[in-house]
Parts: sequence; structure tokens; C-alpha cells
Amino acid sequence: MSRELGALVLRRLAFAVPVLVIVAIGVFLLAASSPFDPIYQYYGVDVFTATDADLAATRARLGLDDGVFQQLGRWLSGVLSGDLGSSRSFRQPVGEVIAERLPWTILLVTVGLLVALLLALVAGTVAAWRQGGMFDRVVTAIGHAMEGIPPFVLALVAIAVFALGLRWLPVAGLTDAGAPATVGQITRHLVLPALVLGVSQTPWLVLHVRGSLLGAFAEDHVAGARARGLSEPVVVLRHALPTALLPFVTLLGTRVPELVTGAVLVETVFSWPGIAEAVVTSALAVDFPMIAALAVLATAAVLLGSLLADVAVAVADPRVRADG
Amino acid sequence: MVDTHAPAARKAAGEPQWRSAARVRAGTPRGRAAGRARSRLVAGVGLLVVLVLAAVLGPWLGGLDERAVDYSAIRLPPSFEHPFGTDSQGRDLLLRSLAGLRVSLLVAATCAVVSTLLGALFGAASGVLGGWPDRLLMRVVDTVNAVPHLLLGIVIVALYRGSVIAVIASIALTHWTGVARIVRAEVLSLRDRPFIDAAISGGATRMRVLRRHLLPAIVPQAALSTVLLLPHAVWHETALSFLGLGLPPHLASIGNILGEGRAAVLLGAWWIVTFPALLLVASALAVAGIAAWWRDRTLPRRRSELEL
Repeated sequence: MSRELGALVLRRLAFAVPVLVIVAIGVFLLAASSPFDPIYQYYGVDVFTATDADLAATRARLGLDDGVFQQLGRWLSGVLSGDLGSSRSFRQPVGEVIAERLPWTILLVTVGLLVALLLALVAGTVAAWRQGGMFDRVVTAIGHAMEGIPPFVLALVAIAVFALGLRWLPVAGLTDAGAPATVGQITRHLVLPALVLGVSQTPWLVLHVRGSLLGAFAEDHVAGARARGLSEPVVVLRHALPTALLPFVTLLGTRVPELVTGAVLVETVFSWPGIAEAVVTSALAVDFPMIAALAVLATAAVLLGSLLADVAVAVADPRVRADG
Repeated sequence: MVDTHAPAARKAAGEPQWRSAARVRAGTPRGRAAGRARSRLVAGVGLLVVLVLAAVLGPWLGGLDERAVDYSAIRLPPSFEHPFGTDSQGRDLLLRSLAGLRVSLLVAATCAVVSTLLGALFGAASGVLGGWPDRLLMRVVDTVNAVPHLLLGIVIVALYRGSVIAVIASIALTHWTGVARIVRAEVLSLRDRPFIDAAISGGATRMRVLRRHLLPAIVPQAALSTVLLLPHAVWHETALSFLGLGLPPHLASIGNILGEGRAAVLLGAWWIVTFPALLLVASALAVAGIAAWWRDRTLPRRRSELEL
């Protein structure tokens, strides 16, 4: 078993490495084909007062005059020696930007995912158990309606209601202006973004839990458990739910891209200083090294998510062979 | 079929644990599910017709201009004169939302058609060629899928900012992979059917089999994919515009209105976000209702209570 798992991991890595390289090169080439001149972003308004000599010197320093393949080669060789290059939009090495911002994104996404899991499992199980009942109909209807609501609309509504209307929670940011980053401050500021991210991910999960639980109720071992006279909670939670959760784990793994997307939108609305917000900033600034690093990072997250899900399913379900 | 698995619910309702064949035929969950799907279709089509009519006709009725700025009427709450209120430049939000819906739906429809064509071409090529070209093409699909769609979209749009073509390209280039997979699977299953064998033994060339027998058989699937893609495309365009990366600001799209409304919400102008968002959700739900019915019609094997 463990050898099969090892082979699975190795095979996925063998696929991941070329994909990541292709993504990096692709983003680089895409950026190079853009009609925007990064020098304008670098200088801002000052570009109109700067002398030509200054501009030329800066161009030379940033290496903008070299061909795109030269820039690409320089960046790739830097990456191989552990230097991700420097971000023009943040005026910082890319590695530093990521190291500063990644922990906040991981915090936000983890809490958001936990919220989504909790909501989905509880609501989905109850809905499936009382299929056709009031709760089921309400949950299903809300689930379908929520699928059409983009996370940023949810975020704006949450801000309008909980931050501005009821004044329970702060509007945006990591801390109050000027306040030190204490645990209490960050927790208060984390609540709204994490809830919005979690709730925006819930509809798909809840409908899936409900659907696969309904499927599990139809299986022979559940009928057997009922026939043996086991109590309803035991039948649902111990016999039906475990089989229903296997495809759910796979679904979780494939929803990483949506989680990244949600993080980008939620972080932007809430001015959360995470890595996803940097995507918008660096894309607007045509910041080659930063965009490439972020694209590779996000792609790695997606591949890792699907790998983890497959490993988890292979470990949990003895019927699944890990060489598929 | 499913009714035997929810005995608890039935016991609670006082129904017997068995049903006569006639009752089963009359009121099976599948029958109820089909009824629900039909009512969703009716509701969806009705809603969509109203929205499209409003979006197309609304801005022209009475010669009103959604771009008319009125600085004496900034951020007015909903009233009889301005049913949706006004925005930060005193523009009427109802007219602007309808114009935005028109732009959003147009862009989304274009994107859905382009990515379906792209995906169908890719999937059909993959399925027909088989062997190593198939494996290579599917690896390409995997690679595109591995990059989060919005991220790739943001990169494409940011680098060619302010052009409608870039927005369409960014959505079409990220959403064709699903169609490609579906069409490939369909071609693979069609390839071994007797009518294809008959065509080949009748002396048809590979091109003729593809054109005359395979492609027409794919059309229902591809059309369904287009409809299913519509909400995604609307969603994607709105998100890009909201981030300030999508359509140019002078084109009122739902996303642009919401993006501009972000600051206004902080000033308490909830209507600037609420009404355009409701229009967006309504159109997404309408399309979803139609798509659900269509899926049940075209894919009878996948028709099940679980899908609803």
C-alpha cells in the first residue's frame, strides 16, 4: 500500500514539475507580449518629468532592454539558485513579499475552509437525513441560489450589514489603523473575511454532501444496518456518512482553484494583506517576476490539493488502488 | 427508487411502508423531480425573457440615457423617480443596471460560444485521433486546468487592459477545457457504435465520418455546454470588472457598477450594490434552471433525484 502511495506521489511530482515550468514560461511570454511598458508603472507620474538618460539607466538596471528570452533565462537561472527576482510593484524581493504575505493567506483560507466544511457537513447531513423536509428544501434552495452569487457581492453585503449596519466588526484590513498586530485585533478582523470565504464555498459542498449521502442511503450495507435495528444516528453517522465522504474528499481536492479565486476576491475587498491580493496589484503593474511566482505558487497549490485528496482517499478506502 | 431509503420521513408522514404499483407510477420521486425540473424551466425561461427584454429595451424606452450625470442627485435612495436609486455621479441606477446586464450577457454569450467551439474542436480532435496526439492534448487540458481560472484570466486581462477582446479571450481561454473533456468522451463512445462501423464499411473517408456522423452527434452536448457555461462567463466577467481589470469603465457592466459601488457602500449607499447584484443572481438562477431541465432531457442516464 505504502509503496503504491509512494508511486502515486512520485508520478504526480513527475507531472507537476513540467507543468510548473510551462506555467512560469507561459506567464512570462504572455507578459512579454503585452503592449504595456513596465517603466511607466515603475515611475508612475514621474515618468513625464524624468530625463531620457534616467529612464535609459533605469531600463538598463532593470534589464528591460534585453530580449524576453534573455530576461526569462536570467529569471529561471535565478530561481534555480534560490533567488526569485525582485518585484517592481512592491519594490521588494519576490521571496520577501511571499514570505510576508503567504502566512496571512494561509490563515484566512484555513479558517474559511473550516467554516465551509462545518457548514457543509452539518447542513448536508441533516438535509439528506430529512430528505424532502422543510430544512432540506430550504438548504437546497439557498444552495442553488448561492451558487450564483459571486464572493465579492457576499463580501460587500457582509460589510454593509455587519460592519456598517450593526457595527459589530471592522470593515477591512488586518488591524485597526496604527494598532499593533495582536491576536485579538487579528481575530476580530479575520471573522468577516473568513466567514465570507467559507460561506461562498459552502453551496457546492453542501449539495454534494447531501447528494452523496442520499446515494449512500441506497447502499446495501445501510439497509443492512437498518435491518439490524441500529439507531438512526448510528446508521447515518457511522454507516452512511463514511462512504458518502469519500467522493467529498476528492471534491475538496478539486475545489482548490475556486478557493484561490475566492481568496483573491475576498482579500481584495477586505484589504487583507495576503498573497492573493498581490495578484491584482502585480498584474496591474505588469510585474513579470511577481506574476510568474504567484502563478506557479497557485498552480502548485492546485496540484498539491488534488494529490492530497487522492492520497487521503487511497488511505481511507481499501478498495481504491493508488495506481489509477 | 429513492423512496425506499427515506423510511423515516415516510413513517413520520403516516404513509404505509409499501406502495401500490399505480401509486408508484403516479407519484414517484422521479416524477416529482421531473415536475420540479419542469417548473424550474418555466420559471427560468420566464425570468430570462423578462431580463433580456428589460436589458435590450429598457435603456431605449423614453429616450433615457444611463450615462446622464446629475450632480444634484448623487446617491439618492430608491424612489419613484429612480426605482433603484442613483450612484455617486447621480446616474440612474435602474438604467445603468439594465445597460450593464445587456453588456454582461452579450460578453458572456460570446465567451460561452467561443469556448464551446474551442473545446469541441479540441475534444473532437483528441477523440478522433487517439493514441499519442490524444494523450498530448489531454495533458494540455490538465495543464490549463491546473492554473486557477481567475488567476489566468487576471493575468491575460491585466496585460491587455481595457479591451473587450482581452476580456473575452481571458474567459474563453480558461473555460474550454470542460467542453473538451465532455466532447472527447462523447466521441470515444460514439466511435465504437454500429452506425460509425456501417459508415466506414460503406467506404466513407475519415473526414466524412467526422463531418457527417460524429460532429452532428456532438451538437446537443456542445449546445448544453454553452448554456452551462453562460453563468460561469457572467460570473468571470463580473469578477474581472469588479477588480477594475475587466471592461473599460465607460461600458456599464454589472461588474463595473459593483466595483464603483464598493466605495459608495462604505458611505451607506447599500442600493448601489444590492440591485445590480440581484439582477446578476436572477440571471444566473434563470440560466441554471434552464440548464438543469436540459440536462435531464439530453442525458437521461444521469437523470436522478440526486442531481436536483
